[in-house]
Amino acid sequence: MKSEASMEHSAEPVLQVKGITKQFPGVLANDHIDLDLRKGEIHALLGENGAGKSTLMNIIYGLYQPDEGEIWVNGRQVVMHSPNDAIKHGIGMVHQHFMLIPVFTVAENIMLGSETVKKGVLDRRGVARRVRELSHQYGLDVDPDALVSDLPVGLQQRVEIVKALYRQADILILDEPTAVLTPQEADDLFRIMRELAAQGISIIFISHKLKEVLKISDRITVLRGGRVVGTTRPQETDQAHLAAMMVGREVILQVEKSEARPGDKVLEIQNLNVFDDRGVRVVNDLSLELYAGEVLGIAGVQGNGQSELVEALTGLRHIHGGRVLIQGRDVTNKPPRAITEVGTAHIPEDRQKFGLVLSYPVTDNLVLCTYYLSPFARRGVLNFRAIDENGRRLVEKFDVRTPSPYVVASKLSGGNQQKVIVARELSRPIRLIIANQPTRGLDVGSIEYIHREVIDMRDQGCAVLLVSAELDEIMALSDRIAVMFGGRIVSILPAARADRETLGLMMAGVEVGHPEPVQAVT
Amino acid sequence: MDLRRFGFILLIIVILIGVVVLVGGKTVPAGTIIASMLATTISVATPLTLGAISGIFCERAGVVNIGIEGMMLAAAFFGWFAAILCNSIWKMPAMPSLLIGVVIAILTGGLMGLLHAVLSVTYKVDQIIGGTVINILAVGITGFLNRQLFFEKGSIFGGQVPHAPGVLPRLPIPILADLPVVGVIFRQQPIAILAVVAVAVTHFVLFFTRWGLRTRAVGEHPRAADTVGINVIRVRYANVIIGGMVAGLAGAYFTLESVPSFEPLMTNGRGFISLAAMIFGNWSPVGAWMAALVFGAAQALQINLQFFRQQIPPAWAFLQQAYVVGLIPYILTMIILTGIIGRTTPPAADGVAYEK
Repeated sequence: MKSEASMEHSAEPVLQVKGITKQFPGVLANDHIDLDLRKGEIHALLGENGAGKSTLMNIIYGLYQPDEGEIWVNGRQVVMHSPNDAIKHGIGMVHQHFMLIPVFTVAENIMLGSETVKKGVLDRRGVARRVRELSHQYGLDVDPDALVSDLPVGLQQRVEIVKALYRQADILILDEPTAVLTPQEADDLFRIMRELAAQGISIIFISHKLKEVLKISDRITVLRGGRVVGTTRPQETDQAHLAAMMVGREVILQVEKSEARPGDKVLEIQNLNVFDDRGVRVVNDLSLELYAGEVLGIAGVQGNGQSELVEALTGLRHIHGGRVLIQGRDVTNKPPRAITEVGTAHIPEDRQKFGLVLSYPVTDNLVLCTYYLSPFARRGVLNFRAIDENGRRLVEKFDVRTPSPYVVASKLSGGNQQKVIVARELSRPIRLIIANQPTRGLDVGSIEYIHREVIDMRDQGCAVLLVSAELDEIMALSDRIAVMFGGRIVSILPAARADRETLGLMMAGVEVGHPEPVQAVT
Repeated sequence: MDLRRFGFILLIIVILIGVVVLVGGKTVPAGTIIASMLATTISVATPLTLGAISGIFCERAGVVNIGIEGMMLAAAFFGWFAAILCNSIWKMPAMPSLLIGVVIAILTGGLMGLLHAVLSVTYKVDQIIGGTVINILAVGITGFLNRQLFFEKGSIFGGQVPHAPGVLPRLPIPILADLPVVGVIFRQQPIAILAVVAVAVTHFVLFFTRWGLRTRAVGEHPRAADTVGINVIRVRYANVIIGGMVAGLAGAYFTLESVPSFEPLMTNGRGFISLAAMIFGNWSPVGAWMAALVFGAAQALQINLQFFRQQIPPAWAFLQQAYVVGLIPYILTMIILTGIIGRTTPPAADGVAYEK
């Protein structure tokens, strides 16, 4: 239900920013931004990475000072020197990375910084009572005595919301709140957001997911390159239009792909068992087969063993039981180089930690898997001419936006860093691509590019194992979808027969009585 | 503190006391020996307990402090120096001299804490390096001044080690101290009593007050604390300085309560053992105190065995070697730190400088 009613009786904006400008060295992050938020409204702020959303929110929340511009709260001009000022003016923020202390209880987290004290002793009981009241009032279902580390992500997020409400916030800023949620948890969040808005809380909802923004917002403001491109309403626009506003050109949202033509078996996993760093079994007797010319998507909420599975397959983690065969060759517990040499490409989960040497130039990063081979090395001595030539060629071919191929990788934007990895991995003779969260944190333009590369490689006969927490990505790219929960594949279905609802339930560990859950590829 | 570690502590203490009872039980009643061992244990555990409390204040706020040893040593020296100065140069009575000595020791510790805070919080020096700097600094300063002030001709004491004002007197706890046999446990000197009080106070402060909640928050997730308006830098400074002051009080134990003299390097690794106690106690005051008592008991063994040297059976002749028994606290430290007796979890942001 879009709250039409709430928009009519809200003439006066509760929050208004006028002409906000913020210059960082080399970047104009915010360029005369105007924005207004009405009472009880859900106002989405949409934009690519680097569009200036976070800068603007940090200015409103008092973390940065603007170079120019004014902030008005409830018709009065205010200056935010620190988050304390923002809190005082009733602004609460739920950060993308939660600001919760795992070893504290919910109540302790909520009272932190604005504790009530009776005779020098923390009034835990009073706080718990207040948390229960708030929880009840807005349908949040938060237990004040639970330990935060025991709570699932969705509930932790609600604790953050209660934390803001406890400080009497009536303006809530939610920074990419759905990035960490399962589809069901996201739906819960949307229900809560509507409830909050109905009770007069005004919400700024930051996102780059078009579908969600259309679903939940009353109004949508799009930022690009630090400027407001426009403000619209969901009724007046659609995904394609919003994407074009965001990126500044037409974007192909739907991944165009032909029917998969699966070939011979490329990857075979037999009864794989893997432990995590704490010695807990996180991949449990998992078996899987992957064929040339298909994309197998592994859907699942993060932390269900996907990362460890990928690490085991790529030689980064010890395999405690079972076997991994790539093109019929046993690579169980082989070193990463051996696995790379049988024709495996790995696009790792954390591009900065595992994908790149950030302090190396792009050219060197592009030969990390092949530097010891001819023509890049002769008798143990590097051939810089060949490395440079290779770097220039790949930067051009994969459209890496960099001032020069010789700048260090850390200077590149996230999207371009990812392109460097993709260029390095896909430019070798490969038969298997293992991609873990290949588009996490990237903007629409880069996502589009990487998706197309993956499908191109599939069409050339590569087998692709795609791990992603983004259900949309899994559904857009995969030919078959495997749902992973608690270290097991709970079901494999052809993408054509998978729907979001069912996948979401499976991802949450709910047993779904699917008519034909497992199928073999013909 | 989980049962396994508590059981380990109890077991070690029982073994240590048991050894003395077995050796000396023929000439002295077992009850007397046990009471005497417990009394000595509490007394000699004092610097370890206080050292561990000092570490808890720092590390709960996210600052690793391996400089406790140096803080203690410097405080021991300056406290002693102040007491002698008052007593023999300014001719003040013994008691006020000793009390001024304790205050100066605490202030010395506080200053060292301030130094550690400046290095590790403001200048974000690696905290291990910062602590090492403090340890080396303390050894150097105390050794140098000790020679210059007391043994050089023309120094204020004229090359003569002056007569010390003695040590802090015992403060018997009324009624309890008069009990037969166990009374001795309750006739302790003031810093030993303060150490036990400090355990209770620290526990209360850490877990029941606003100060404690904020301190722990800063040690676990400083950015989260920052976003709710807590001044991370200030909280860290305050706790590290308090930690330094507690280490200073521990230092006073050496020269104003235990023996009336100063010797170079006299803290003898106690600061490091108290860190082991802190870790074994899982950064909780009560747990750390228990662990400190284990080390105290090991030391009490050495002291009490002296009385019964003649009665040590030939089969246990190695116990006659004081240095063999003296090794026990250090061996215990190594066993405990291997983590065989249960893993512990430090505060999440321990040792990490906070960058805005």
